[in-house]
Amino acid sequence: MGPLANRTWIHAWLFLSPAMILLIAFTHYPAAVTLFHSFFSTPRGKRPAKFVGLENYETLLADTTFWKVLGNNLWYALGTIPASVAIAILMALWVDSKLKGRGFVRMAYFTPTVLPLIAVANIWMFFYTPGFGLIDQITGFFGFSQHNWLGDPSTALNAVIVVAVWKEAGFFMIFYLAALQTIPVSLREAAAIEGAGRWYFFRRVTFPLLMPTTLFVSVNAVINSFRLVDHIFVMTEGGPDNASSLLLFYIYETSFRFWDTAYASTLTVALLLLLFAVAIGQFLLLDKRVHYR
Amino acid sequence: MNAFRLSGFDYDRALNTVGAWALALVWFAPLIYAFWTAFHPGEYSTRFELTAPLTLENFVAAWNAAPFARYFLNTVLLVTSILIGQFVLCTLAAFAFARFEFRGRDAVFVLVLLQLLVMPDILIVENYRTMRFLGLLDTILAIGLPYMASAFGIFLLRQTFKTIPKELDDAARVEGAGFMTILLKVYVPLAKPTYLAYGLVSVSHHWNNFLWPLIVTNSVETRPVTVGLSVFSSTDQGIDWAIITAATLMTSGPLLIAFLLFQRQFVQSFMRAGIK
Repeated sequence: MGPLANRTWIHAWLFLSPAMILLIAFTHYPAAVTLFHSFFSTPRGKRPAKFVGLENYETLLADTTFWKVLGNNLWYALGTIPASVAIAILMALWVDSKLKGRGFVRMAYFTPTVLPLIAVANIWMFFYTPGFGLIDQITGFFGFSQHNWLGDPSTALNAVIVVAVWKEAGFFMIFYLAALQTIPVSLREAAAIEGAGRWYFFRRVTFPLLMPTTLFVSVNAVINSFRLVDHIFVMTEGGPDNASSLLLFYIYETSFRFWDTAYASTLTVALLLLLFAVAIGQFLLLDKRVHYR
Repeated sequence: MNAFRLSGFDYDRALNTVGAWALALVWFAPLIYAFWTAFHPGEYSTRFELTAPLTLENFVAAWNAAPFARYFLNTVLLVTSILIGQFVLCTLAAFAFARFEFRGRDAVFVLVLLQLLVMPDILIVENYRTMRFLGLLDTILAIGLPYMASAFGIFLLRQTFKTIPKELDDAARVEGAGFMTILLKVYVPLAKPTYLAYGLVSVSHHWNNFLWPLIVTNSVETRPVTVGLSVFSSTDQGIDWAIITAATLMTSGPLLIAFLLFQRQFVQSFMRAGIK
């Protein structure tokens, strides 16, 4: 290596190091230390943490709340992602077409995205209030009885899912809108000459061309379904009986309400493994499905 | 493309317009409802009468019931410090990735991208421990610090910097300009649209962030509006919906107004940030 190349090396690291130091301090280091601490007990009072091997993981496997919360999170992901993606595609197709009042329609779809999830949850809380909330007023109008949407274990999680779909669909719409604008008009003209119907054109041309976007959006959606739990704090506190608790909320509770940091670390490791599994799965899927040309 | 057009009225298009508008109204309904509740006296919260009197009292009551002015100040300080930190750190790192050849560059870049998957948001247990160790608990800096080196920002700026022709900085170097000068005089000005896009995404993201600020702050002097709002609506107010809704609209207000004013830029920014 010549002297010039050496200098380049030093310069590059001078530019890199401020960001890398913070990145390592708040992402890589905590991830590694989380794994380390999951093999120890929680220090309490005068008792320091001691090495316990896989004991925390045995607790985890036997912890019914963990399994319940994990199941909830999967149901939450399944409930939010396909629905919000489908609605996002529909929104994008509409906003991309020549529509009267397109500006207003686009704004209506996108506005939930810029609002804080915590504020949005407050508004929806009011909707779900038994008796005089908007939803009960509407169902009451049609003769249905009152229902405690957030207080009933069988509906609490679904009520939360509705809010997530409402919040995210407009955000995903943007990505589809960008993708739609890259589809050449000539394709549509050619299809029209061939006499292809709208639905046929969507199914055979538009949708396959949107596949990379769908994958990108899905990756985002999956990560969000594990990362965003703000609305749980306002709407249900994970209840009733953990019926609407999600993994990150359970980690928060374990760590900052019960102060069992070792077990919270173990739960975080489980969450990290889950995220990696999703990433690897989607990477493999990406290889197979995106070759649409 | 469709047979209906011959009859002079495009049913297909009309149907789509109606569908699009119906969905738009459903999507807007929660906000319209919130506005109704916030601007009318409490007894009209669930009664819809066109003659209901308008009032600002709910906003006044909310404003007086909690230190929202301080919360707003905290949020503004938080969002600004994060934005400055991100711009500086991400610009420097993106420049290194885009323009320098050095051993292990690709491996380091993969390490950076890892943060897109493992976000600081989920590493709450250890990051809290770190903040306690640094003595930063209950400070605005502690809320922002984990987000300043943002993989998303580094990636976005790197992509932009890579599109800038190398001849430009070769020319500058011939004239004796150092790396820092080239970065500030050539790269940063040409990447302005990316900075705007990233800035809008970042500000709206951190204005809305809740969980991490909730964990590291516990006093009025540091809490951002999101945490302030949750404290306010869970403890102080019982269930006076009119006041809670007014507070809710208040906290989202600045962002909402900014969005309505700069709608086109917002949408385009999110688009630009998403495509890269």
